[in-house]
Amino acid sequence: MKRLDDRIAPPLPTLEPIRLVDRHGRRVADPTVSCPSPTTLTSLLRAMIVGRRFDRQAGALARQGRLAVYPSSYGQEACQVAGVLALAEQDWLFPTYRDSVALVTRGVDPVETLTLLRGDWHSGYDPGLHRCAPQCTPLATNASHAVGLTYAARHKGEDVAALVLMGDGATSEGDAHEAYNFAAVWNTPVVFLVQNNGWAISVPLHRQSAAPTLAHKAVGYGMRGYHVDGNDAAAVHAVVGRALEEARAGGGPAIVEARTYRLDAHTNADAPQRYRDDSEVEYWKQRDPIERLETLLRAEGHVDDDTLAGFAAEAERMAADVRERVDAAPDPDPDELFAHVYAAPTAQLVEQRQALRDEIREG
Amino acid sequence: MAEITMAQALNRALRDALHDDPNVVVYGEDVGPLGGVFRVTDGLTAQFGEDRCFDSPLAESGIVGTAVGMASYGLRPVVEMQFDAFGYPAFEQVVSHVAKMRNRTRGRMSLPLVIRIPYGGGIGGVEHHSDSSEAYYAHTPGLRVITPGTPSDAYSMLREAIACPDPVVFLEPKRRYWAKEEVETPVRTAPMDRAVVRRTGSDVTLIAYGPMVATALEAAEAAREEGRDVEVVDLRSLAPFDDATVTASVRKTGRALVVHEAATFAGYGAEVAARVTERCFHYLEAPVLRVGGLDIPYPPPRLEHHHLPDVDRILDAIARLQWEADWVDPDAVPSGARPPASGARRGREVRS
Repeated sequence: MKRLDDRIAPPLPTLEPIRLVDRHGRRVADPTVSCPSPTTLTSLLRAMIVGRRFDRQAGALARQGRLAVYPSSYGQEACQVAGVLALAEQDWLFPTYRDSVALVTRGVDPVETLTLLRGDWHSGYDPGLHRCAPQCTPLATNASHAVGLTYAARHKGEDVAALVLMGDGATSEGDAHEAYNFAAVWNTPVVFLVQNNGWAISVPLHRQSAAPTLAHKAVGYGMRGYHVDGNDAAAVHAVVGRALEEARAGGGPAIVEARTYRLDAHTNADAPQRYRDDSEVEYWKQRDPIERLETLLRAEGHVDDDTLAGFAAEAERMAADVRERVDAAPDPDPDELFAHVYAAPTAQLVEQRQALRDEIREG
Repeated sequence: MAEITMAQALNRALRDALHDDPNVVVYGEDVGPLGGVFRVTDGLTAQFGEDRCFDSPLAESGIVGTAVGMASYGLRPVVEMQFDAFGYPAFEQVVSHVAKMRNRTRGRMSLPLVIRIPYGGGIGGVEHHSDSSEAYYAHTPGLRVITPGTPSDAYSMLREAIACPDPVVFLEPKRRYWAKEEVETPVRTAPMDRAVVRRTGSDVTLIAYGPMVATALEAAEAAREEGRDVEVVDLRSLAPFDDATVTASVRKTGRALVVHEAATFAGYGAEVAARVTERCFHYLEAPVLRVGGLDIPYPPPRLEHHHLPDVDRILDAIARLQWEADWVDPDAVPSGARPPASGARRGREVRS
């Protein structure tokens, strides 16, 4: 626990976001972080291409009624992918409902990722397998879980950090505040990656916060805050990687605000034309995270048409597999409604399970 | 055998759990060096160190939320909400995560954690220090909600709660913290999800829990002087509900009365009354009555005695259980029928 007289005020985040690759795909030098290697950049590009294909496929399934709902992260691929790829194997990811691409990037089965959104169950994957908490819907409420989990790991002598994904709107929640504060006081290795896409469904950022940047919020908690170009996968990877490294070394948690944009509607049930202008969408399309990195890697000769064709083919195979297996997924079993409420069903649940079985049998 | 208070029994349960299981951690507001505002965690930080029993920031949602994370990674956190009404900021964590995590993850992530909440009134506490919040939790599937009425149960049930694979809301009747009992710890009482018959009787069943168990027993004693033989059932577990024990008792006595401090309207007693009616209808001589607090926000301390059920209010309710129905038209009794053993059984035998 830090004593008052040992404290050093963390540096203020920069108003201009940290950027390593500009929107034309040219390298930019930054005093804070250095650019990841070409190999890492290539894997970021590959994951973004596969991730976007997954996102497009899931959106199509929702429009066809084969998913109950799908909240897209189209345009936010740099955040979805680069943060996750900065994690070590033993680390944990705490995603929200908009972070399906992050889960797929982490290695979770894409079909199991969609279990929630297909409406089969509330979460389809085994959290322990890829160290991914279930996707969280009540905003910011899983942030304190990451603090507790990393506390527990340290208690057991294990080196485990966590990445919490949250949106700009979520930073207004009281639970975000409590999680930031607990993480800072307990000095747990948690990085809160705020994907600031400018809109909390229909509410713009200026109605959400008066902070100079959302990263500035970190300073009041005694945390480091980083403001990064969220459509620059190289910068997001470098900054999240640095924040994780500092946190592991005992430097405490951090908030990373990544400035990005949701090109699609909030979900397939949203009507974005009611609150935002097409010109804004066009502006952000000019700053596409995939095009930017592809331009750089092509220009520097790290990828060519063959490489990119390979990535596209991989993405198509994944999409075809998703289409096939989503439809083949078995219908949810009504018996399961009673199976996981408690470690063992109570007498009342056993009674209700039998009553439901009878009801179903009698039609 | 030595006399200990309920607060001391709880303290010993935490001490023994910390000693026996290195994964147990205890934290909350003022639970460290101070030992908690009710001294339930007295001496634990000194004995086990700041890693095992410690003060957290003053934020209940954060306390429960971090406990979720710890429990999902193999610890067994025992957290304290300092007072009932101070637990409300954590409500979302409790209903959306604590109660649901096992179910959401198809049993893959369980949360063995305990949320200790001193609850109820009767200690002269000012506003927000005397709520009976049990119905909020009992209404939430996935939680176990238990409440001890005696020091020995306090010890045994807290040990069992900490060892339980399910999350437990452990409601401590704060007005009984100083109640004494001769107990040798460790002590093991009935399983925490069972109700127990605290006093046997044949005329009426008083169903109580937590702070009202002692009051119900006093009322039973007073009723004996008025010629009523009262059985007292201590529910202990509000969720799940022990239908078997309660049903057996009410079928025996034919009358039932539920007692709690919480406001009566839509209170826990309504659930008890409904369950008893559904299972015992043909055994009942009178409607199931509820004796609860008034349907008002918890009153200021100088008026709380008007709000809280006491012996007199319970006796009045017992008197309203339609004892005049004891009278049975002799012509209605089938010839050769065995003379009924008690008033409560008479109507039943006539009908059968």
